[in-house]
Amino acid sequence: MTTPLAGYLLVAALLFAIGLGGALVRRNAILVLIGIELMLNAANLNLIAFWRFGPHPEALTGMMFAIFSIAVAAAEAAVGLGLVIAIYRHTNTAELDKIDRMKG
Amino acid sequence: MVASGIIALLKQPQRKLASTLAIGSLGFSLLLSFIAFAHVLRGWAHGSVVRETVSFTWLQFGHSAVDLGWVLDPLAAVMLVMVSFVGLLIFIYSVGYMAHDENFTRFFCFLSLFAGAMLGVVISNSLLLLFMCWEIVGLTSYLLIGFWYQKPAAAAAAKKAFITTRFGDIFFFLGIVWLFSQTGTLLFYNHGIGSLEPLSLAVLVTQHAGLGLSAAGAIGLLIFAGAVGKSGQLPLHVWLPDAMEGPTPVSALIHAATMVAAGVFLVARVYPLMAAGAPIMSIGAQPGGTSVALTVVTWVGAATAVFAALIAVAQNDIKRILAYSTVSQLGYMMAGLGLGGVAVGMFHLITHAFFKALLFLGAGSVIHGCHEEQDIRRMGGLKVDMPLTFITYAIGMLALCGFPIFFSGFWSKDGILEAAQHSSVIKGPFYLLVFGALLTAFYMTRQVCYVFLGYWRGPKPAYESPMVMTLPLVILAFFAMALGLIGTPAWPWFHAFLEGRAAEFSVHSLIEPGFLLLMATSSLVVFLGLGFGWRLYGEKSPKPEQPDALEKSVPWLWAPLRDRLYVDEFYGVTVIAFYAWWGRVADWIDRRVWGGIVALVAWIFALWAQLNRLLDINWVDGGFDKTCEELSEGGGLLASLQSGRVQNYLRILAVAVVALAVILFWSSRP
Amino acid sequence: MNAVFYILAALTLAGGLATVLLKQLVHCALAVTVAFAGLALLFLQLDAQFAGFAQILVYIGAVAILIVFAILLTRGSELPKDGVFSKTWFLGLVIAAAVFAVLGWAVLASVSAVPQQNAVPSVTVRDIGIALVGRYVLPLEIVALLLTAATIGAVIVAMHEKERPR
Repeated sequence: MTTPLAGYLLVAALLFAIGLGGALVRRNAILVLIGIELMLNAANLNLIAFWRFGPHPEALTGMMFAIFSIAVAAAEAAVGLGLVIAIYRHTNTAELDKIDRMKG
Repeated sequence: MVASGIIALLKQPQRKLASTLAIGSLGFSLLLSFIAFAHVLRGWAHGSVVRETVSFTWLQFGHSAVDLGWVLDPLAAVMLVMVSFVGLLIFIYSVGYMAHDENFTRFFCFLSLFAGAMLGVVISNSLLLLFMCWEIVGLTSYLLIGFWYQKPAAAAAAKKAFITTRFGDIFFFLGIVWLFSQTGTLLFYNHGIGSLEPLSLAVLVTQHAGLGLSAAGAIGLLIFAGAVGKSGQLPLHVWLPDAMEGPTPVSALIHAATMVAAGVFLVARVYPLMAAGAPIMSIGAQPGGTSVALTVVTWVGAATAVFAALIAVAQNDIKRILAYSTVSQLGYMMAGLGLGGVAVGMFHLITHAFFKALLFLGAGSVIHGCHEEQDIRRMGGLKVDMPLTFITYAIGMLALCGFPIFFSGFWSKDGILEAAQHSSVIKGPFYLLVFGALLTAFYMTRQVCYVFLGYWRGPKPAYESPMVMTLPLVILAFFAMALGLIGTPAWPWFHAFLEGRAAEFSVHSLIEPGFLLLMATSSLVVFLGLGFGWRLYGEKSPKPEQPDALEKSVPWLWAPLRDRLYVDEFYGVTVIAFYAWWGRVADWIDRRVWGGIVALVAWIFALWAQLNRLLDINWVDGGFDKTCEELSEGGGLLASLQSGRVQNYLRILAVAVVALAVILFWSSRP
Repeated sequence: MNAVFYILAALTLAGGLATVLLKQLVHCALAVTVAFAGLALLFLQLDAQFAGFAQILVYIGAVAILIVFAILLTRGSELPKDGVFSKTWFLGLVIAAAVFAVLGWAVLASVSAVPQQNAVPSVTVRDIGIALVGRYVLPLEIVALLLTAATIGAVIVAMHEKERPR
């Protein structure tokens, strides 16, 4: 932790890992989506941190990127949850272990 | 030939059309031959030998080529006129003779084909073209002899004719091949390089072919072998008498006037070849040399003449007598060629064509009028019932015997006898030929006595033949007498024409002592023969059951003569038996040996097929199935990766990312 | 290093962990909201005010609500019989740990190479607005399109299927 940037980055990394672990470990589909949201947020944190401590913050590149990322993540969450609902209606379960119709 | 082709396509009932076509085309040919003759005549009158040729290349292989072509020279011109004229008369005759037959159109088709082929033989300039037409002539003679093919005897006779002549043709063909290989050309006359022209002959003469012969002589003998078959010389004469199974016009046309004469014509055509040979002794002023080939020709001819005449004495079928007579006269012609050269032999050929055709057509008229009866013992007294036939037949008979002065046969036969007499080396033929003349007179007298004199012995009365049949008889009779005039020594027009000399008329040569003596001798012989015949047969008409007068006198001689001197039987025992045996052997080989081999090969293939099948099932199929199983399993394995579970996918993704990152960092380290 | 930073970081991470470990889904949803809030505060601390407020508005105000609705509609309140963790949870944990290891190591190894700039950037909303419609107008429009499509898509996907005539 020699620099503040490194600290933020480590936090982001840890959050990312937590999100990934949740997505991989839990059985419920909604929790997987939540995990994905956590990962996205961690990436946002990374972006903002780099914007703040990197060169030319007046260019607003990092900030813009993060804002757009938030918007897109929201849209994606909507669609994903809609999908989960649709699947629940069809198979009457939200558990990923049981949803393997794409099995090859 | 065109006519025959067209007629072949016509249907049976269209008789009038068929016969008109045939007669029309032959008439046209006659016209053309007259024109050709006139052309040659004009050339001769100016003192030059006309010999025009037209040739073209037919086959070409490598450097050598086979040419075909046509030639027009005195020999060809004379034959053209004779063949077309006699042929036309016989065609007209056939309209009447075959009127009752239902295969009328077929008859004229074959006749036309024959005429075309015969003319082809005559004007051919190439030995190969001549051979091809020769074979067509042989084919048509087979078709015509076996015209009434429902009769087994006719079919057998046709076969015999074809096979016997074919046998001679084998040697002919060998001669052709040899000639081609030696001289490189088969054209007779080709502006100096033809095979009959001095250049080639010189080449051939110097080459030796074993047995003391030169190549020229050997080739000549081979070609002569073909003529022996076609002209019915000894020993290939056996087909000619049996060929009488065909209709009488056929006998007249083919076996009296034209086809058998083709053999004589052939020898005349290749005469330069046969004459060019090492002479036995130096040639004097004789036009005909004494080469080995020609000597053989002479002896064969003379022997045939006597042999056939002997057999003719004891035959009872009207046509058969004439057939053997033809064989005998052909022998005379061959002897004439051998001894006296082309002119002598050809003159007898021309005269013989006319009077023999006359005799055959007359015999046909007799048979027609006697309701298809052919045995002379059942005829008789026809001088009253068929007067016109009788007169013309008598003229023909006298011409054949060589009755002096007025009949052409006298002059032509005497020409041969004269040549025989003057031949310095070989004496035998002269005596044989004289004896033959005696026999000829004898058997003809016998025949005429049996048929026309005495009284009728047949079951039904006889009647004269229609005009369409008797008119040709009259015309031929006229020529039988008149032709003699162009060949007498007093005015040897014919000989001069053929050889390109000028002819002078001089009674002197007639009265030359040697010739006068010869004329007297031959006349005496003829009268002797006539007398014998008259004495034995005269006006008596023995019943068919009674034995013949001669038979009563010399039965030991009669039997063999009647049985044709057992030549056929001899052949039957030797050649035919051999071929039958050979046929059996070949059949055995074919079935056992070749059949066995074929079966063996088949068995091997079956075995091979079985082996293949086993291989296929076990290895190929097995291997293939195994591979497919492996693939399936592999696929299954791979498919199991697709678990359908999202979380698994995510896990794999994450692992991949980690791995990638590690690799990247590791590789970017310094 | 700021103490505020440590507190905020701890808050965020705790929220995250809670999200992942709790059994009840609703509890997880609430925990993730806490995580979102912690992140928003971190943004504020990084002088990215606009981003922080946007985070609050969007994530906490929309995504979290959405998650709760989804839990409601899929009856997430009922606990499954076999447990909430998958049978191979350990493997998942290992993978996540590996990922963290790689990332952490990357960060620490490249610390010296990253440039540092400690000046506080003065960013006004006006600047952001000008940037949005100026330099970043294209992404703006595309994101607008994307949002439209996503909305329509979500509605269609989650709609009750009409009874199709058989």
